[in-house]
Amino acid sequence: MTSITDPPQGSFRLSMLINDTRYRSYTFQFIALVVLIGFMAYLGMNLVSNLAAAGLNISFDFLGDPAGYDINQRPIEYDSQSSHLRASVVGIINTLIIAVLACITATIFGVVAGVLRLSNNWVVSKLMAIYVEIFRNVPVLIWIIIIFSIMTVSMPSPRAFRGDDPSSSMLFDTFAFTNRGVYTPKPIFDSGGWIVVAVFILSIIGIFAYRRYATKKLYATGQLLPTFWPSVAMFFVPAILVYYILGRPITLEYPELSGFNFQGGIQLRGSLIALWFALAIYTGAFIAENVRAGIQAISKGQTEAAASLGLRPGRIMNLVILPQALRVIIPPLISQYLNITKNSSLAIAVGYMDVTATLGGITLNQTGRAIEAVLLLMLFYLTISLLISAVMNVYNNSVKLKER
Amino acid sequence: MKKTVLFGALTVAGLAAGMASAATLDDVKARGSLNCGVTTGLVGFASPDANGVWDGFDVGVCRAVAAAIFGDPTAVEFVPTTGKTRFTALASGEIDMLARNTTWTFSRDIDLKFEFTGVNYYDGQGFLVPKDLGVSSAKDLDGATVCIQTGTTTELNLADFFRSNNISYDPVPIETNAEGQQQYLAGACDVYTTDASGLASTRAAFENPGDHVLLPEIISKEPLGPLVRHGDNDWGDVVRWTLNALITAEELGVTSANVADLAAAPTDNPEVNRLLGTEGELGAMLGLEADWAKNAIAAGGNYGELFEKNIGENTPIGLARGLNAQWTEGGLIYSPPFR
Ligand SMILES: N[C@@H](CCC(=O)N[C@@H](CS)C(=O)NCC(=O)O)C(=O)O
Repeated sequence: MTSITDPPQGSFRLSMLINDTRYRSYTFQFIALVVLIGFMAYLGMNLVSNLAAAGLNISFDFLGDPAGYDINQRPIEYDSQSSHLRASVVGIINTLIIAVLACITATIFGVVAGVLRLSNNWVVSKLMAIYVEIFRNVPVLIWIIIIFSIMTVSMPSPRAFRGDDPSSSMLFDTFAFTNRGVYTPKPIFDSGGWIVVAVFILSIIGIFAYRRYATKKLYATGQLLPTFWPSVAMFFVPAILVYYILGRPITLEYPELSGFNFQGGIQLRGSLIALWFALAIYTGAFIAENVRAGIQAISKGQTEAAASLGLRPGRIMNLVILPQALRVIIPPLISQYLNITKNSSLAIAVGYMDVTATLGGITLNQTGRAIEAVLLLMLFYLTISLLISAVMNVYNNSVKLKER
Repeated sequence: MKKTVLFGALTVAGLAAGMASAATLDDVKARGSLNCGVTTGLVGFASPDANGVWDGFDVGVCRAVAAAIFGDPTAVEFVPTTGKTRFTALASGEIDMLARNTTWTFSRDIDLKFEFTGVNYYDGQGFLVPKDLGVSSAKDLDGATVCIQTGTTTELNLADFFRSNNISYDPVPIETNAEGQQQYLAGACDVYTTDASGLASTRAAFENPGDHVLLPEIISKEPLGPLVRHGDNDWGDVVRWTLNALITAEELGVTSANVADLAAAPTDNPEVNRLLGTEGELGAMLGLEADWAKNAIAAGGNYGELFEKNIGENTPIGLARGLNAQWTEGGLIYSPPFR
């Protein structure tokens, strides 16, 4: 009766590592791993012995020495006597500034262009197609340089604003557009200024709370509360009231021509604008394609079903299509954000002092610590990329299909 | 297939390991040409002409070294480098020598592990401003926007100068001279600062050079010279003594016009004979042919000829010899004796 016998157990022979398909793949993977480790070790030892032969060593002490050079865009206190480490931190902050600005702007461009490309209006959809094809197919470095060159050549220099009959003048006496950048007024906060800001933020929170309350009430009792005008009122009234009650604690500092340059106000450097705009518009074209793909991935039946329920086209997009499309859009969007962050290292092409320009450029050059500087740079970009991925993955999990 | 790739990679890595210690002169001879790092383009010092042939004062040094080794001044590969890439190029062995308006400083010599083989131009950092800016001294530049090349001594000197004079400025970092020129002419910076010789050469390329002036202040010492990697003294000697040969030739009156005659037979002047190889064994001691110096001088002329032809007073750049006159004429150009 016992015609079925168990397969022989435990009798493992060495030859099975080659002959038995169950083990063979492990054998090869193990060999590959050993070879890889050996190769890496060989390269590493090569590096160490070459450095020793050239009389160099790996040391990060240089980070504590005075940098000796100046940086134009300083989000934190920095001068030429500060350390290389501080110069690197200034660079890191500048990288983050450009990355955040460009990611936000690229998303806006991308979503608008992606949605409009599907528009039924022939002109609009073709215009968007042209935008996508032109900006996607020319390298971003070229865009950065083109935008920067156009700004430097076509805008007036501050000199043109001088004299009794200047050839250029400020817009509304408030904004100055020069080839060194754009100058805008800067808010100055007196002691009560922050209270006004706090009240403003509170009223925005209030608006959301009120709207949620109104929705709840609608579902619970069927009574429709007005939302638009109350929201507008809450947006403006409390903040303005507090502003005057406290005696106008926020004033604007206007840019003013003095000496060689405009002083006061906020200066958006030409290099920042060129880099920001180029990254945003270039990556925006890719995001537009992601958005289009995401929307097209939602079957037409969804639109038709929603329409037959009587939803208007705008609502169909916002309530039915986009929430589903986001699941398709988010994953490639993560990699676009990573691209922006990494492409921001092209900053030095227009003299924007990001971390590649400070640590990986001037510091590396003045100290000759190439390996150390490049290792630190790799570490920085790796960390920041992994952080972005992590954050975006959390968001992705929150919008993805909840399986029940 | 996979194996060959792996062994290929190993050989490349092995070669890289060998490079740091190998004798550069042997490598250059085996390769049949010299890899010389120069600027990306600075008229008079190093720039390609309409046919792509490099010419200039620094290029002349490269050509003289190639002629000393091969007897052929065209056996040079010119590698354009920016202020930022030049040291990596030299340290990695991509170039054999660097002749690129490079200032001899302590840290480059000691910390970056290079060896400067002499000085071919004594310079200092100056400021170029448009005349209509109405500035007559660098001390009036408080708040000005200044264009500087990154990775240079220029940016360090500038920081020191403004700091010690307690005035502020807004630096605009640029990578090449061409970019600096564009920014400066567009008015994106008020001032362009670099070595005074570089400013003279840049200004010569302007449409209206007369609209721009050099400020009187020279804020630093910039001894510019060719350099090689530290640790290969034999190779350093070849470059050093080729430059010295050009300088000595001027001092002794040996020119590209008469060098062939003077080298044909021993003359009355024993130092000329030793220099040109009609007496003694100097060439062999360097590992070169006996007529090495003759070839180097014939390549582009002696030091004075190179100067006059490329950057001298009769060129658009119009630099006077000044500090760069022979020591016998009150300058600093001085070669140790050939004996
Ligand atoms: N002598 C300084 C500055 C050298 C430098 O960058 N000079 C400029 C102007 S004189 C140059 O050669 N530019 C040519 C280029 O951009 O390739 C140094 O060694 O750091």
